Amino acid sequence: MSGEQDLTAEGGHGAVPLAGVPVAKKEHSAEREWPLYEVFVRGKRGLNHVHVGSLHAADDEMAVRHARDVYTRRNEGVSIWVVRADAVTASSPDEKDPLFAPSGDKVYRHPTFYAIPDDVPHM
Amino acid sequence: MTTTQVAPDADDALLAQFEATIGRSDRIEPRDWMPDAYRKTLVRQVAQHAHSEIIGMQPEGAWITRAPSLRRKAILLAKVQDEAGHGLYLYSAAETLGVSRQELTELLIEGRQKYSSIFNYPTLSYADVGTIGWLVDGAAICNQVPLCRTSYGPYGRAMIRICKEESFHQRQGYELLSTMMRGTDEQRAMVQESVDRFWWPALMMFGPPDADSPNTAQSMAWGVKRNTNDDLRQRFVDMSVPQAEALGVTFPDPELRWNAERGHHDFGEPDWDEFMQVVRGHGPCNTQRIAHRRRAHEDGAWVREAATAFADRQRSERAEAHG
Ligand SMILES: [Fe+2]
Ligand SMILES: [Fe+2]
Repeated sequence: MSGEQDLTAEGGHGAVPLAGVPVAKKEHSAEREWPLYEVFVRGKRGLNHVHVGSLHAADDEMAVRHARDVYTRRNEGVSIWVVRADAVTASSPDEKDPLFAPSGDKVYRHPTFYAIPDDVPHM
Repeated sequence: MTTTQVAPDADDALLAQFEATIGRSDRIEPRDWMPDAYRKTLVRQVAQHAHSEIIGMQPEGAWITRAPSLRRKAILLAKVQDEAGHGLYLYSAAETLGVSRQELTELLIEGRQKYSSIFNYPTLSYADVGTIGWLVDGAAICNQVPLCRTSYGPYGRAMIRICKEESFHQRQGYELLSTMMRGTDEQRAMVQESVDRFWWPALMMFGPPDADSPNTAQSMAWGVKRNTNDDLRQRFVDMSVPQAEALGVTFPDPELRWNAERGHHDFGEPDWDEFMQVVRGHGPCNTQRIAHRRRAHEDGAWVREAATAFADRQRSERAEAHG
């Protein structure tokens, strides 16, 4: 069985073929795709908006509507932000990026840097 | 999101960093460097998982207009809508790997990417809505819970959302069947007949025996897959037996019995020839499922185009007004 077609239960609903499945980008697509939006949801009052995923929409208003249907079917949010994915500027993914280096050696910014006698209360 | 070209020695350093991240059971995130084979495995897995959710709307969706009560109709609508949502969470995760939802949809309707074979079986009675919730979503839960800890961040986060919703799917199915079991003899017979049809296909959802699944080892090393096919199948059987007893139905397997020595149930071998036939496209509904998906996609083309044209016009009108 294996030599002929390799299958596994990868993915939630089980066995799908592995061999001969294209995974590369397609050369050309038939139509112009709606732009990609990143979606942020405030779970409840008092919390920050948190990134929950993305979706496609023709424009900003439609993105908000789709976000409501896709990401808040069970009261998961009280407020939604959407932003076009191509408008996001991000830092380099490398954790060794010098961008983060300035905070690495400033241990005195942490409360644990300071020794306080154990019998001093409320510190 | 695109893989950058790097010199061979730089490549080694990146690979070491990638493997160290996996080794710490930390997550790989979208813009991290990753081996091409890892990226390909994920695109394939996440895309085919997404397709399964989307095609999975069809067998049950067919019953929405024939639901026996408004209560059941509302429940089924919500369940099928959730499956659409699951598909979208997963397409969103796949897109972080540099493919687009539209490309993936096209690969699906061209038959070049697949979906789980379980959805190529027909739904012949309303009892099947219950059985699918109980056994098919139940088997999906067994597969999906370990995937919440999968090594690729966006995939794991999509799985966490999905798992939260699956519990409703399984419980509404089981409750539907319990209600029927408290009804007439005819209703009880409908439930048993439905369970008889879905039991073996549900077991096949876990894939071929480990010995015939050579890719499992690599996927487990990468933390993409967390348990073997046989482990998950055993877990599912052990979970389902007491649920069947409580419901008052039996599974169509004469070899199914408790093995005290192993601390697990023994069970028979699914018909892997039938499985291969369905995977190859000769299942009862393969053609119909793809034809339906293609029609939905093509019938929706004018809506997508119109919305794009409207958005373009709004944009240019706004630009003029600000001009
Ligand atoms: Fe689902
Ligand atoms: Fe489900």
